[in-house]
Amino acid sequence: MAFTTMVGARIRRREDPRLITGRATYTDDFKTIGTLYACFVRSPYGHAKIRAIDTSGAKDHPNVVAVYTSDDLSKDGVKGLPCAHKLPELNVPPHPALADGEVRYVGEPVAVVVADDPYAARDAAELVEITYDELPVVVDPLKALDGKVLVHPGFGTNVAFRLPIAAGDVEGAFKSADVIIKQRFVNQRLAPVPVETRAVLAQWNPGEEILTLTTSTQIPHLLRTQLAVALGLPENHIRVIAPEVGGGFGAKLNVYSEEIACGWIAMQLNRPVKFTETRSECFTAMIHGRDQIDDVEVAVKNDGTILGLRLRVVANLGAYFQLLTPVIPTLTLLMAPGCYAIKNIATECIGVFTNTMATDAYRGAGRPEATYLIERTLDLIACKLGLDPVEVRRRNFIKADQFPHTTAMGLTYDSGKYEATMDQALKSADYAGLRKEQTQARRAGRLIGIGLSTYVEVCGMGPSAAMPAAGWDSATVRVEPTGAVTVLTGVSPHGQGEETTFAQIVADELGVPIEQITVVHGDTDKVQYGVGTFGSRGTAVGGAALKLAIDVIKEKAMKIAAHQWEASPADVEYRDGKIMVKGDPSKAMTTAETGFLAFMGDKLPPGLEPGLDATRRFEPPNFVYPFGTHICVVEIDPQTGSTKIVRYLATDDCGKVINPMIVDGQVHGGLAQGIAQALFEEVVYDEDGQLLTGTLLDYAVPRAAHLPNFELDHTVTPTDVNPLGVKGVGEAGTIGSTPAVVNAVMDALAPFGITHIDMPLKPEKVWNAIQQAGGL
Amino acid sequence: MQTKPISSAPAQTTIEVAVNGEQHSLTVEPRLLLVHMLRESLGLTGTHIGCDTSSCGACTVLLDGKSVKSCTILAVQADGREVTTIEGIGTSRSLHPMQEAFWAEHGLQCGYCTTGMIMASVDLITRNPDPSDEQIREGLGGNVCRCTGYHNIVRAVKAAAKAVKK
Repeated sequence: MAFTTMVGARIRRREDPRLITGRATYTDDFKTIGTLYACFVRSPYGHAKIRAIDTSGAKDHPNVVAVYTSDDLSKDGVKGLPCAHKLPELNVPPHPALADGEVRYVGEPVAVVVADDPYAARDAAELVEITYDELPVVVDPLKALDGKVLVHPGFGTNVAFRLPIAAGDVEGAFKSADVIIKQRFVNQRLAPVPVETRAVLAQWNPGEEILTLTTSTQIPHLLRTQLAVALGLPENHIRVIAPEVGGGFGAKLNVYSEEIACGWIAMQLNRPVKFTETRSECFTAMIHGRDQIDDVEVAVKNDGTILGLRLRVVANLGAYFQLLTPVIPTLTLLMAPGCYAIKNIATECIGVFTNTMATDAYRGAGRPEATYLIERTLDLIACKLGLDPVEVRRRNFIKADQFPHTTAMGLTYDSGKYEATMDQALKSADYAGLRKEQTQARRAGRLIGIGLSTYVEVCGMGPSAAMPAAGWDSATVRVEPTGAVTVLTGVSPHGQGEETTFAQIVADELGVPIEQITVVHGDTDKVQYGVGTFGSRGTAVGGAALKLAIDVIKEKAMKIAAHQWEASPADVEYRDGKIMVKGDPSKAMTTAETGFLAFMGDKLPPGLEPGLDATRRFEPPNFVYPFGTHICVVEIDPQTGSTKIVRYLATDDCGKVINPMIVDGQVHGGLAQGIAQALFEEVVYDEDGQLLTGTLLDYAVPRAAHLPNFELDHTVTPTDVNPLGVKGVGEAGTIGSTPAVVNAVMDALAPFGITHIDMPLKPEKVWNAIQQAGGL
Repeated sequence: MQTKPISSAPAQTTIEVAVNGEQHSLTVEPRLLLVHMLRESLGLTGTHIGCDTSSCGACTVLLDGKSVKSCTILAVQADGREVTTIEGIGTSRSLHPMQEAFWAEHGLQCGYCTTGMIMASVDLITRNPDPSDEQIREGLGGNVCRCTGYHNIVRAVKAAAKAVKK
């Protein structure tokens, strides 16, 4: 068989046959005998004291097995939800799995009904009588700053933390500026909306005293650790399984009340307990993303050069902390300079409690907000100074010969060619031609806009020293006696396709047919400890660990082969997927053959232990910094204010590409979510803390007809941060796209003198802005 | 207000329904949803639930050959009718052209919406054997995908339509 190169090939995904035939198993698909169904009774109020809970009616229901409240959990010593952070000062509120005496957001779980039938569980949940005394509510983070209504009175303030980061001489920069531009950007709250809502199946084995939690999660091992803490079980008595997971987008990078509660209930009742969330529950009680008010002030010279930047981020954290709640907005500060050489910068992040669901990691997590505010600012500068947005970017880019580049915020961008990538995108889009068309269209009264975003993001999360918890990941490579290769990865893919990309890497490195390779993930009893899939880290960190493990295998395989030939290991090498004596094509051995010898054990070099497997962990020395240029062309209907995306072109640089088909897919999905923030999506609470966007009819997730075909292109600037030369790509599309769309809409509206409208740019808002500017 | 628990003595009714060519006689609660009948009574878990409110399309199946959202149809409404689920159109050894096209064009990522999306697409190309991009995008308006941005789904449906015509 001729040796084929898998890495770089557009090969079909190996996970797909089970998914397209309906034979994959998501959490709710598991069937166990005697399963009980949990239904959570949730707060209908944004803020209230719980005066009394009467569970008797529910307990009398013939199908109900048990009803629990916070008292039951606390009596048994069950601990609350964890939050990981390294902020120097932070007010951390207690976060019990079930509300303890007070509810602080609509949807907060208060009690849980367990029945032998899922319909009956819902019926009985309505029989739990809870008496509330309503309390004043605050949902607006700016109003919360005044402290008149306190979410957690014990702190005496709604401010959870203030984090200032500054560098250079900002005062001096603003004194010497030709122009100062100020703008407030509202980065609205979003709902992650994975199509699979949360689902948990908890099983207790009373003989072995082992709790198995099958759950729709991105972090099986971290969840196991936190369950051990919350439930007081030895960690090796807990098994967490992330089976097929139907989308996460950061929302399942978490430890939820329902996971802790179901685990505990299974132990109490000695029966399997299942919880399957409804879509409405998912909107109210799964974490939200974004929700910042970003005040920007920029000092510029008349030629468009940025001298200094001031930024205040007010981040709406919600009522409680989920796993990473306070950490997310701090990423906005770190990435605020974007891909520009801004030396003088003063930033502050203020994290604020409100009576809303917690915000946390949602695709991009803190970086889309940074990219949005800086990319919008660049366009405001261009607009103010009458310059082309391309020119303003060109004048402020960090230059290709300045890498690695340590920014004013203290991050070291490993690599980048911002201008070259922008030029490639401009050429692909025929930017000059687009501007000509735009001029002609404007003469004809049409509202055409062209928007750019030249983004850089931080991902491949990340060096443990810079992470709220561990940032490394792990891989085991095991050559079985038949030559089949099993990979155990510590990351937990749920759509990203690592069963394919990791197999591609192994196939090339070890010369093993891809059909012989299996990638195992998402089960803490099968896989060594790993950190999980989030922050565009699967391949950049998990794949890097895989490469390290492969290297150990190769070294040992070469020793075994050399011994058979009575050659020195230094004289053999891997060539075209086989082990050969250097300069002698007559002798060759496959990895599979060495694996068999390693297993038999009788023909090994003296002192070499049997077996051919290796476990390695990769601790990234730095983050990685993918970048790119997105160009969006829109046309606005002046009669309705609706925006149509005419073209969308993305030129991304995520380093070396393992499978271009999968990378393109990641970009497509990212673009959809970024465009959705620009044009459609918005979580809305009213003043009483009622969620007004609790269904898919009220929360505008884009459908196929709302999105264009995407034109994708890549540049490849490898990184030396990891041995594969890859950067992450899961979030880049989302991070880059939102400002490109908004910049395009503002460009279309420029003839009206409109410079900014807050997202989402719904037809109503755009139409009103046009009317207020004097109409057509 | 106290509601009377409906399921304390649930009324039962017997229905005859053909699922993927196999005839079943099932005794069900009148309020049982078709999707729960498929998933819980028959173990056909390839049909997923994403919203319970016919907004997302994850639960799409064919009822007498036409696509419906099985989360907002009662099992009793399927009495005397034929249901086709994702399990009924192909297996990994013998894929339906639509399944093949979703695989070849990378029309899925997490896979959760995929089975419903494939069933809706099968119906779409039955009604319109040669759909344009716009017609595909409009035609799949009842199905939400959060992973793919729909780009490759449109390509997949086009490719399948072409393959079926051959």
